[in-house]
Amino acid sequence: MSLAQDETWFDDDAGRLVRPYTVSNGRTKPSFHLDLLSIVAATGQIRQAQLSLDHAQALGLCHHPVSVVEVSAHLRLPVTVTKVLLSDLVDCGALTAHSPDPAADPTNRNLLEALLDGLQRRL
Amino acid sequence: MAYSDGSEPFPTAIKLVIAGGFGVGKTTFVGSVSEIGPLSTEEILTSASIGADDLDGLGDKSTTTVAMDFGRITLEPRLVLYLFGAPGQERFWFMWDELSAGALGAVVMADTRRLEDSFSAVDYFERHDIGFVVAVNEFDGSYRYEPDEVRGALDLKPHIPVVLCDARQRRSATGVLVGLVQYLLSTIQSHP
Ligand SMILES: Nc1nc2c(ncn2[C@@H]2O[C@H](COP(=O)(O)OP(=O)(O)OP(=O)(O)O)[C@@H](O)[C@H]2O)c(=O)[nH]1
Ligand SMILES: [Mg+2]
Repeated sequence: MSLAQDETWFDDDAGRLVRPYTVSNGRTKPSFHLDLLSIVAATGQIRQAQLSLDHAQALGLCHHPVSVVEVSAHLRLPVTVTKVLLSDLVDCGALTAHSPDPAADPTNRNLLEALLDGLQRRL
Repeated sequence: MAYSDGSEPFPTAIKLVIAGGFGVGKTTFVGSVSEIGPLSTEEILTSASIGADDLDGLGDKSTTTVAMDFGRITLEPRLVLYLFGAPGQERFWFMWDELSAGALGAVVMADTRRLEDSFSAVDYFERHDIGFVVAVNEFDGSYRYEPDEVRGALDLKPHIPVVLCDARQRRSATGVLVGLVQYLLSTIQSHP
C-alpha cells in the first residue's frame, strides 16, 4: 500500500511542525495523548521516502517496538516535539501506538513481585 | 527491514522515578543500574505548563527546557523497567506530573551536604501519594549522617525507609530499588 506522493497531508510539513525552541509558532500538542512510555512500532504501510525528513527519521527508529521517550532521546528532540511527530505518523498509518499497560499500577502485587524478583537477580 | 506486523509483543513498561537536587547523583544512579545509556532528553516548559502569564517575560522565541535522564532494565522479555532521573526542585514540577503518572514509586536522593534540596521532592511524592524511599548518597568528605538524623532533618514519616547508597556502584543502587519495591509491597500488605 502506498500513500500518494501528491497527497497534501505531509506537503506543508516544514512550516507546520514545532521546531525546538520556537514552540509558540508551531503545534505543541500531539493529536492524541501519548505517554512517555507509550510504545510505538512501524506498520510497514508507509515508506520513509514518502515523508518529511523529520517524520522519516522518527519512523526509522520504530522498526521494532520502542518507547516514545527513547525515540525522543535518539532524535535529540524534546519530548513534546517528538510526540507531535509520532502522533502524525500514527494518524497517517505509518505507526501503531500502545498506551502503557494500565495493570502497571502500584497496588498490583504480582507486578511488584515480578519486579522484585527481577531486581534481586541482578544483585 | 523488520516491521512490526503485530506479532512482535509489546512489553509491559513500568516506571520508577529518581528525584533529587542538583548534582546529587541522579544520572550516576540511573547509569549504574541501566542496561543502556543513560539516555537523556528534555521537556519544554510551555505556557500551558505554567500559565501563559509566566512566559511573557521570556520573549517570543525563548523557551525553558529541563533535562531528564532515563535508563532501562529488561527484567523479563515482556517486562521492562524504566528509571527516570529528574531534578526535584519545585520549579520543575511542571514535568513531574507527566513523569510520575503511572510510576510505581520513587527514590528521593539526598546529599548530606545539602539535605534541604530534597524537601520539595519529598513534599511532591507525599502530596501525590507516590510511595518513595530516601537514598542518602554519601559523598567523600561529607559528614556521615545516621539514617535517623536524615529522617529527622527531612521530617519524614516513621514508615518511610531511609537507606545509604553509593550511586556509582551497581549493587548499591540496585539494592536501593530492591528496598523501594519491598517497601511498596509492605504498603499494599498493610492496606489490602
Ligand atoms: N562519592 C560519591 N560521588 C558520587 C555519588 N554519586 C554521584 N557521585 C558523583 O557526583 C557527581 C554528580 O553526579 P551526577 O550523577 O551527575 O548528579 P546529578 O544529580 O545527575 O546532577 P544534575 O543532573 O546536574 O543535577 C559526579 O561527579 C558523580 O561521580 C556517590 O554515591 N558517591
Ligand atoms: Mg544529571
